[in-house]
Amino acid sequence: MIETAVSDATTTRSMRQALNLALDEAMAADPTVFLIGEDLADPGGGISQVTKGLSTKHGSDRVRDTPISEAAIVGAAVGAAAMGMRPVAEVMIMDFVSIALDQLVNHAAKARFMSGGLLTMPLTLRTAVFGGLGSGATHSQTLESWLAHVPGLKVVVPSCPADAKGLLTSCIFDDDPCVFVENVVLYGTKGPVPDGEYRIPLGAAHVKRAGTDVTVLTYGRTVRDALAAAEQVAADPIDVEVVDLRTLVPFDAETVLRSVARTRRAVVAHHATRFVGFGAEVASVINEELFGELEAPVRRVGARFAPVGSAATLEAAVMPSVATIVDAIRDVAAR
Amino acid sequence: MSEREASLPPAHVRRRMYELMTLIRSCDERVRRGLSSGEFACTYWPATGQEAIAAGLGAALRADDLLVTTYRGLHDQVAKGVPLGPLVAELLTRTTGVNKGKGGAMHIAHPPSGLVLSTGIVGSGIPIAVGVGLAAQLRGSGQVAVASFGDGATGTGSFHEAINLAALWRLPVVFLCQNNGYAEMTATAHAQPVAAVVDRAAGYGIPGERVDGNDPDTVHGALARAVERARSGAGPTLLECTTFRLWGHYFGDAMTYVPAEQLEAARLAEPVARYRARLLQDGVLEEAVAIEIERQALEEVGAAFAAALAADRPEPEEAFVDVYGERSGVMA
Repeated sequence: MIETAVSDATTTRSMRQALNLALDEAMAADPTVFLIGEDLADPGGGISQVTKGLSTKHGSDRVRDTPISEAAIVGAAVGAAAMGMRPVAEVMIMDFVSIALDQLVNHAAKARFMSGGLLTMPLTLRTAVFGGLGSGATHSQTLESWLAHVPGLKVVVPSCPADAKGLLTSCIFDDDPCVFVENVVLYGTKGPVPDGEYRIPLGAAHVKRAGTDVTVLTYGRTVRDALAAAEQVAADPIDVEVVDLRTLVPFDAETVLRSVARTRRAVVAHHATRFVGFGAEVASVINEELFGELEAPVRRVGARFAPVGSAATLEAAVMPSVATIVDAIRDVAAR
Repeated sequence: MSEREASLPPAHVRRRMYELMTLIRSCDERVRRGLSSGEFACTYWPATGQEAIAAGLGAALRADDLLVTTYRGLHDQVAKGVPLGPLVAELLTRTTGVNKGKGGAMHIAHPPSGLVLSTGIVGSGIPIAVGVGLAAQLRGSGQVAVASFGDGATGTGSFHEAINLAALWRLPVVFLCQNNGYAEMTATAHAQPVAAVVDRAAGYGIPGERVDGNDPDTVHGALARAVERARSGAGPTLLECTTFRLWGHYFGDAMTYVPAEQLEAARLAEPVARYRARLLQDGVLEEAVAIEIERQALEEVGAAFAAALAADRPEPEEAFVDVYGERSGVMA
């Protein structure tokens, strides 16, 4: 699959608006697409207003408000997907995915395999990380590594409005189960978004900033911090390349290795817990393929190994920041 | 005509149910014989004793109606019309299985027969069946989805969330509980605060019915009502069919937790011989016809096992096929 856009024209939109547009256009294009989750319908239009206006436009049959029943939301999506529908289920906050993990891990992920290809599972699970709002330890987790560990699931994490639209559209029309991880901190971020149907292939990382000295491999919310860190060290001078993985599964090892083969120094950064985080996998792939060519060990930046406290001081103590990414860049550049 | 006779299914339906029960039992006996003798090895959770429920199900559903069942599902799968040869081959994890030998005994799926899938996780199939019913409702297809599960599943959150959602949306779903007395090794009465599974229905504002699950005529009647109600748009029904799991949780289960007198009574009440006698008594079957049905079942089962045992297991490379729609080389 290649990147496809019907138009060169773009419009400046927030991430929230870009996601809304992707859902709206997918529902208009394909009657099998429907939304299922808590509080999606108008007038609320979702806890973060991502689905605002969609029930009014497409009807409450296709934008289905549910009771607080994560297992049933995702289970119903699995059943509907098995029948060839394209459900987009929303689990409001990523911590709540834990309640629906059975459906996701045991059923959605394995249906195609276990049926010998008789079933496909064209479902998308949208969820959002709420870390950064001071909501405390059960509403702040960044858990995509759990899901990337399960063969059969695709895991997609957009960092900007254009990618949000292009990747979500691809997820909806993909025949495998996709977990699409949004971030509450990014919903208001604005950027140019292609008009009309726009798809970005799953499994294609994107070089967000070209550079020659150090590669920072990152995704989602952390891309923004990595770009800010790159600006800060530019005066050192350290010329940083920032690669946005965009999808963890499928993993675009080729783009990662091509960049690091050139810079020979790498930092992996994410807001998820560093220990056993996805960055450990990225670092391992780099070590396995490029060990002899590296000028420095791959450094990992991630949340420290503790629950995310509600107090701002505790949250800041655990979460990575522009400063921790800057430190890691300087560390590998100095070796 | 007595009241019982008036409510009985037509003779051809009753005969069909006996054929199904006989085929299911023959197949089940063949699996257990093969396992006992060491002829082959596979995982197996026998549904011996629950054949009448499956027969009622098979006769009450349309071919295009949809079923989600469980790992204890051979009876349901045969009754829904999954072709026997490929079904047996899947049990024995052969390439000729309905799922190319990649699902195994717990995970049979055959959408062309209306068997959407079978789950190995207790309770998990129930929300999935609700989604199947939701798809039918959204499409206006007129299909009914049946969630078939055991009494053990009624303790899961999945059961309660799913039944709540289906009731709320009046989905075309039938919740079919095959209450076989034990959830793994725990008696039903030890695991629920209500007297019967069917009592749960009131909590969701839907009708519930509890019937003798060893009587296919009764099961068929209750299922036909529930299916009709679902198809008409009136919403789901919880149907509890009481029965007994004659060979325990898994094949080889010593059933030390089952009182001897309970097991003895259950064996005497087993449904296949009981239904045979009744059909002979009612003049629906003649002895010679019954014997012919039994002979044909043995023949069909024999052929299915011979073919399956001659087939290969999947090549190792098959482990990496159908993980995704496209090959996933990087991660493997």
